Amino acid sequence: MTRYLLKRLGGALLVLLALSVAVYALFYLVPGDPARLACGERCSTQQVTQVRERLGLDASVFTQYGHFLQGIVAGRDYSTGTAVLHCDAPCLGFSYKTDQQVTRLILERVPATLSLALGAMVIWLVIGVGTGLLSALRRGGITERALTVLTLAGTGMPVFILGLLLLMAVCAYLRWLPFPSYVPLSQDPEQWAWNLLLPWLTLGFFESAKYARLTRSSTLETLAEDHIRTFRAYGVGERAVVGRHALRGAVPPVIALNANDLGTVVGGAVLTETLFGIPGIGKTLVDAVRVVDVPVVVGVVLVTGTAVVLANVVADLLYAAADRRVALL
Amino acid sequence: MSTAVTAGASGARQVWRRLRGRPSAMVAGGVLVLLVVLALAAPLLAAIEGQDANSYHDALVDSARGGVPIGSFGGVSGDHWLGVEPGTGRDLFVRLLYGAQVSLLVAVGATAVQVLIGVVIGLAAGLGNRLLDTFLSRVTDVMVALPMLVLAIALTAVVPADFPRPLLLILVIGLLNWGGTARIVRAQTLTLKQLDFVAAARLGGSGRVRVARRELLPSLAAPVITYGAILLPSNIVIEASLSFLGVGVTPPTPSWGQMLSTAQTWFRADPTYVLLPAGLLFVTVLAFTVLGDAVRTALDPREASRLRVGTRAGRRARTGGDAATSLKETAS
Repeated sequence: MTRYLLKRLGGALLVLLALSVAVYALFYLVPGDPARLACGERCSTQQVTQVRERLGLDASVFTQYGHFLQGIVAGRDYSTGTAVLHCDAPCLGFSYKTDQQVTRLILERVPATLSLALGAMVIWLVIGVGTGLLSALRRGGITERALTVLTLAGTGMPVFILGLLLLMAVCAYLRWLPFPSYVPLSQDPEQWAWNLLLPWLTLGFFESAKYARLTRSSTLETLAEDHIRTFRAYGVGERAVVGRHALRGAVPPVIALNANDLGTVVGGAVLTETLFGIPGIGKTLVDAVRVVDVPVVVGVVLVTGTAVVLANVVADLLYAAADRRVALL
Repeated sequence: MSTAVTAGASGARQVWRRLRGRPSAMVAGGVLVLLVVLALAAPLLAAIEGQDANSYHDALVDSARGGVPIGSFGGVSGDHWLGVEPGTGRDLFVRLLYGAQVSLLVAVGATAVQVLIGVVIGLAAGLGNRLLDTFLSRVTDVMVALPMLVLAIALTAVVPADFPRPLLLILVIGLLNWGGTARIVRAQTLTLKQLDFVAAARLGGSGRVRVARRELLPSLAAPVITYGAILLPSNIVIEASLSFLGVGVTPPTPSWGQMLSTAQTWFRADPTYVLLPAGLLFVTVLAFTVLGDAVRTALDPREASRLRVGTRAGRRARTGGDAATSLKETAS
């Protein structure tokens, strides 16, 4: 178990290292002169030179990458000529536009993203798993049809179409809700929930199709297994067969998928956040890309990658914990 | 799992017959043919309507009301069949058609790149020695795991503004999302490699490249086409998403996703402007999905329909990344 965990974490670390090299190469070497980008359009040549020295861009590529990694692990100091600017431990540099530390900038956005992700998760689990289970247990009938509709509409549809239509119906025409604008939980919990209701529904519905399909197929598969037949032959009631035994086999894949998805969504539900103006990690990325704020873009990509890769490991661990037939090697 | 579906002439005819047996597939196919024809004929249709994509018509929008098109349904008239764009008065019919062009071009191009890279990497991994296989499989795992949309958005930031955007989108989507194809091709190659006809070719003195080209590629056609049919609609969605976020196709080139992002301010004043591109995108993706599912079952009748009866992927042995499970995963 420990050995497996170490192996997986080592693998994850390697992946992230590879990602950091690729990202570093792409973003700091390709697009012209980073010093000019950092300094802005109206900088004089002299100012650009100063910025280059401050950011350590006059060193060789490998040294620069070394500094970059060192910043992430141990923090880093930038000298401005007169003073020293310290960047704390997971240092991803300073934003070109706001001069804020990228790490801090991203951390500030985490609550909004988490608010969206966790609320949407509740919805996709309730709707997705609910529909999937019902349609597996009662084949045919209305749940079956609901599943077909959900699957058809949800398979590969862009999430923003659903969001736009919801916004249009609920806010513009029915006027049940004002157009949402994000309110932090710490500020006003009630407004927080009301303003996040539509984003939750949008993302939740969108993801639920996948869960409905997965739950349905894994439940059906478990029900077809030998041990279930044995239970039935012993005269165990249908309720106990389903509740105690079939679910045990059907749930692990759902848990694993959920952990994976949560990682992806935390890494950036870019479309939902942008559509509803939620100041989360995904929206930060889009905003940074528009103004070519390279350190922020790099920071978000690395943070997102970390979230996804770690979620992958967690998903496998949860799967093994929930399904004791799976042995971790 | 399809191992050796022959893709010869008789096979193609058989597949066609099975496709014809499914009304949903024929409807979806019809919709797509119509869409392709409309997209290709965009300049012609624009000429017939007598409009172009980028002329502003200030007289057709009500500047006092913030630029809402004059007339019902977003200013539908004999001159402007689907009305005009709010604010600018550009002809919506022509813009939607050119939007279809962009959407299809990017999706088809990106799918081609994905399939090409996927087949090459998958074949190399399947036929190469253990070291090469391990290396390529790890790279593939990484590509599959990474959040594709986030990387695509990020990549659009580093490319100079004068680089042609549709080509950029094709490359970005294509280069980031080939992992699934590579996995399938690798798994198939490993299975095919064991079969007698491949062994016979090897004994007959054919080299690896020749075996790959002459013996393996034809047998790989079915699974690759199947997977490509799933990739196409997802590429359409990715293009629309990137354009929606403002990092895809740049104005004045029209794109559905871009229209939808500007449409947000016109919900109440001009609902047609929201519903037209949204509806087109919805129908296109739906048609591709339905057709893709039908092609899948037609190429391998043993596979159950993905849409009708859920997946057979069943329990996913998520621990360990061996070929069989990853194939199942990507297929679901």
